[in-house]
Amino acid sequence: MEAGAATERTAGAPPAWLLGAAPLALIALVIGLFALLDGPGLGERSGPPVEELAVERTVLRPGEIELRIRNDGPDAVQIAQVTVNEAFLPFEIDDSRIGRLGSSTITIPYPWVEGEGYGVAVFTSTGGTIEHEIPVAVETPEADAGFYGLMALLGVYVGVIPVSLGMLWLPFVRRVSHEWLRVLIAFTIGLLAFLAVDAALEGLEIAGEGPGAFGGPALVYLGALVAYLGLSGIDAHLSRRRAAAEEAGGGTAPAGSYLALLVAIGIGLHNLGEGLAIGSAYAAGALALGAFLVVGFALHNTTEGLAIVAPLADSRPSLSRLLALGLIAGAPAILGAWIGAAAFNPSAAALLFGVGVGAIAQVIVQLSPAMRDSRRRLLHPGAVGGLLGGVAVMYATGLLIAG
Amino acid sequence: MTNRKLTRRGLIAAGAAAAPALAALHETVPHDGLHDALAGDGRAHAAEHPAGGHAGHASGSGMAMHDGFGEATVDHAANGFDPSEILRDFDGGTTSRLPGGRTLREWTVLAQDKEIEVAPGISYPAWTYNGRIPGPTFRATEGDRMRIRFVNGSSHPHTIHFHGFHPDFQDGMPGIGEGRGGGTIENGEEFTYEFDAEPFGLHLYHCHVMPLAEHIAKGLYGAMIIDPPEPRPPADEVVMVMNGFDTNFDGANEIYAVNTIPFHYVERPIKVKRGELVRIYLVNLLEFDQINSFHIHANFFDYYPTGTRLQPTEFTDTIIQGQGQRGILELKFPYAGKFMFHAHKTEFAELGWLGFFEVEE
Repeated sequence: MEAGAATERTAGAPPAWLLGAAPLALIALVIGLFALLDGPGLGERSGPPVEELAVERTVLRPGEIELRIRNDGPDAVQIAQVTVNEAFLPFEIDDSRIGRLGSSTITIPYPWVEGEGYGVAVFTSTGGTIEHEIPVAVETPEADAGFYGLMALLGVYVGVIPVSLGMLWLPFVRRVSHEWLRVLIAFTIGLLAFLAVDAALEGLEIAGEGPGAFGGPALVYLGALVAYLGLSGIDAHLSRRRAAAEEAGGGTAPAGSYLALLVAIGIGLHNLGEGLAIGSAYAAGALALGAFLVVGFALHNTTEGLAIVAPLADSRPSLSRLLALGLIAGAPAILGAWIGAAAFNPSAAALLFGVGVGAIAQVIVQLSPAMRDSRRRLLHPGAVGGLLGGVAVMYATGLLIAG
Repeated sequence: MTNRKLTRRGLIAAGAAAAPALAALHETVPHDGLHDALAGDGRAHAAEHPAGGHAGHASGSGMAMHDGFGEATVDHAANGFDPSEILRDFDGGTTSRLPGGRTLREWTVLAQDKEIEVAPGISYPAWTYNGRIPGPTFRATEGDRMRIRFVNGSSHPHTIHFHGFHPDFQDGMPGIGEGRGGGTIENGEEFTYEFDAEPFGLHLYHCHVMPLAEHIAKGLYGAMIIDPPEPRPPADEVVMVMNGFDTNFDGANEIYAVNTIPFHYVERPIKVKRGELVRIYLVNLLEFDQINSFHIHANFFDYYPTGTRLQPTEFTDTIIQGQGQRGILELKFPYAGKFMFHAHKTEFAELGWLGFFEVEE
């Protein structure tokens, strides 16, 4: 009887969509009125305008310094003057008045000398200064075919080749006992955990350089959340199709080839971030492309190949499938290097690093069941040893890059 | 929002497109003889103000040390004073005879809060005497009686502290002489400083209210010249008050200058005659990094520290002054042409303390 009454009420009332839209329309109306009346009752703003500018990109050409600046604060900013190393200089700016979240490019003719450091100060109309340091002046590479080629080569060196080489552990992985395989999976999880922490810290550092208005460090967390939820959603969707196979196999862990794909995607997203960092550092002249550094990155990333093949112990993937996995994990380094060198943006980079973190976290969650021993313990001695071993190897090979 | 931005961008793009045409015009229209190899030339007619005006600046002017602000200039009319006029603006006050024949000189000085454009496009919330920085250059002859009525129209308490002989309550020193009307002069109050003009020489005055650094840095200072009873030889006289501005309030100057506006005398060189005696009254009122210096190119000068003796102590081309130090420089230019003068601390020079004498036949 009650249900019937409810239905009756619904029938006589306006449709649901209207009830949903009415508050929205009202909110729009109130905001419109508020803006039209210039915030009635609030009076004048207190204090001087807030001026926040962030330098997003520095380009050095012979005899010229170019800065791309973004207004990071709540108020419009008027650019008045520029000094380089404590000297006023004539400059050009495409739009000296920068609105909220707007950006502008300042070009300063200046005879900078390679290898020397420069401090640029941008003066606003109120006399405030925004200071930007160029620690080591190096000409910004022209984004031509040769440059993209070099970045691609770099991506291949630090991404594709080491990951592929690491995958050559597959025959070994096939031969080891189940006990040792669990240790290897734990080792892989250790590697991934290290990468996740590493990417998170790097993302947070880069986010600190960019404009805070876009979220700053929050972008890393948001990226991680989006990636984790996104991959979990895809996983839930795919697991329905996989359910039958799993029942047949009787195992609790997802199928090996599927896990390997997830690991490859996670590592690929991480390498995208790594490529981004390498590319932008190279473009900024902050990276010496020494053989030592490349070797360090290569060794560091070789272990990532092992992480991909570890879940493949029980399956017999084709060579083309293995190659595809290697490319999925390694090739994003090339893409990252291109983006990083040609169009580096701290906010976008922070978001990408966050995406890498979320992807790796999701992979770890997927991989963990495979670590369980026959008594279904997760952190059995072998697993703990493997985890610590993975972290230790990443730390040790990471030292090669830190130089 | 987006539309407005696009429109603005479009306008600026149009302005940039017009720049080559203007440059072409500049080439075809004959202009005065200043046009030489120096990058500072032609600025007198390139006045368009401030940011955005940069769009027209051709990059061809190279990297001369005195490039400064390019073509942008400050709005002297809006500031209410012009460093080119301050240079030779000596204020003898209103004179009358005292019983006994002495000369009485009277001035009124108003302390005012005022926004000043201290560099093209940069405004600074200054405190001023009579709406200008430096304040008026008081001038008297030794033995005159000086009477300065000070009215505080600023929203902050101020004083005038003169360097010279006077009773303590005339010292412009907070906490001393309030009972006799002196000491701190609050907003809306006034006080008359009165003392004998002595000793002859070049002196200065400034506000002495705490925090002292702020009250000086904000612009409350000026020069005071007491001429000797027997006048110095006739000369083309100029006053130069070395100062600076901490525009971002970080306790260090962003801008350095003589008579307030950086690079002003690059833009409008000081015109003097070849062979004529030039006398520079040089005062250092720089706050924060107080050691300042003066160097003249292609010349030497007689230096009279504080101007209290008629014999020079040095014949040189570079001198150093701490804050509050001052001296008189006398020189003649043997050649016509353009001669730079600047702080021989290059950082100050490149941040604005830089100018030219233009010596004419």
